[in-house]
Amino acid sequence: MTYIDYYKVLGINKKATENEIKKAYRKMARKYHPDLNPNDKEAERKFKEVNEANEVLSNPENRKKYDKYGKDWKHAEEFEKAQQQRQYQRGGGQRTTGRFSEEDFSDFFSSMFGGGYQRRSEVKFRGQDYNAELQLELEDVYKTHKRTLTVNGKNIRLTIPAGVKNGQVIKIKGYGGEGINGGPKGDLHIKFSILNHSRFKRDKDNLYTTVDLDLYKALLGGEVIIDTFDGKVKLNVKPETKNLTKVKLKGKGFPVYKKEGQFGDLYITYRIKLPTNLSNQEKELFKELAKLR
Amino acid sequence: MELKNLIPIIHLCEHYSVETSFFDKLHEEGLISITTFEQTSYLHQDKIVDVEKMIRIHQELNINTEGIDAVFNLLQKIDSLQNEVNKLHDRLRLYESDF
Repeated sequence: MTYIDYYKVLGINKKATENEIKKAYRKMARKYHPDLNPNDKEAERKFKEVNEANEVLSNPENRKKYDKYGKDWKHAEEFEKAQQQRQYQRGGGQRTTGRFSEEDFSDFFSSMFGGGYQRRSEVKFRGQDYNAELQLELEDVYKTHKRTLTVNGKNIRLTIPAGVKNGQVIKIKGYGGEGINGGPKGDLHIKFSILNHSRFKRDKDNLYTTVDLDLYKALLGGEVIIDTFDGKVKLNVKPETKNLTKVKLKGKGFPVYKKEGQFGDLYITYRIKLPTNLSNQEKELFKELAKLR
Repeated sequence: MELKNLIPIIHLCEHYSVETSFFDKLHEEGLISITTFEQTSYLHQDKIVDVEKMIRIHQELNINTEGIDAVFNLLQKIDSLQNEVNKLHDRLRLYESDF
């Protein structure tokens, strides 16, 4: 548990007036508010810190206690016990209301102020949206499939449609945090992180790959068989195919998201491999060929 | 008129402890669309998530409706730039390794 300098958090000095505290809090809140900094964990952490600082410093009683015990907060234990005793006599501890829960406050705060936090408003809020990231291999999203995820201890059976893109976010309604003061549940946002360890590169719905051709097949033509996500495909190589020739296989690319039966294209680049470690006989034959040109 | 999926504004005002004038201002700014039927104003339920965000920005940050409009425009820009960055990352990956 570390001591938190709430004055520093709000960027004010110890003699700041109530008005200065309010002003500093509003400025910091505008900077770090989660609605203005979506998916920014650092901003979220700072916003909680700023709220905590404001909760203490904007309340004269809390501020007095903080100023008194501040760095020696461990000595505040007796004070806290007395405080808890008073709360108990009032008929139970204060309940958390509003958007933030007790767990949004630091151990330092709980230690000094007993964790009882009274939000001023009684507004009903929708539960917090949860964000989760799901890592999948490119092969996994070639076909629509079901997967069970565990988010915050809850199992969710999820259908992952073919063609989901890297970075795409899908929303699952009602699987977020519990609503506050009877508000509706939040949503679960799942961001897909598609890893690609395959031989294919993906750009939107098209796939790109290279196929090695030996010199003779490139010169004389022939057949090559390549593995795709959908099985093996036989390619006819035209005679005198040049190095880095590109061919397009229509409809052999990646499935188009939520458009069943539609696929992108597959682009193949031929890379011609020259023979190495030639035998004397091969060298002679190449010399013969060279003479013919 | 089909009232399915529409929520009376008056219920929302009670639920979120805001004045009806706040919804009127959001409507004037073009941030929400209010449907009126038999002298009752309604909001489509799909807009609830946005409206909750607007209420939070208004109540917690003291930002007026003009400010909320500016914030929403900027958030939309951030979102579209983020999507653009993701797309460019994907395209860049095509050229990162020699295949």
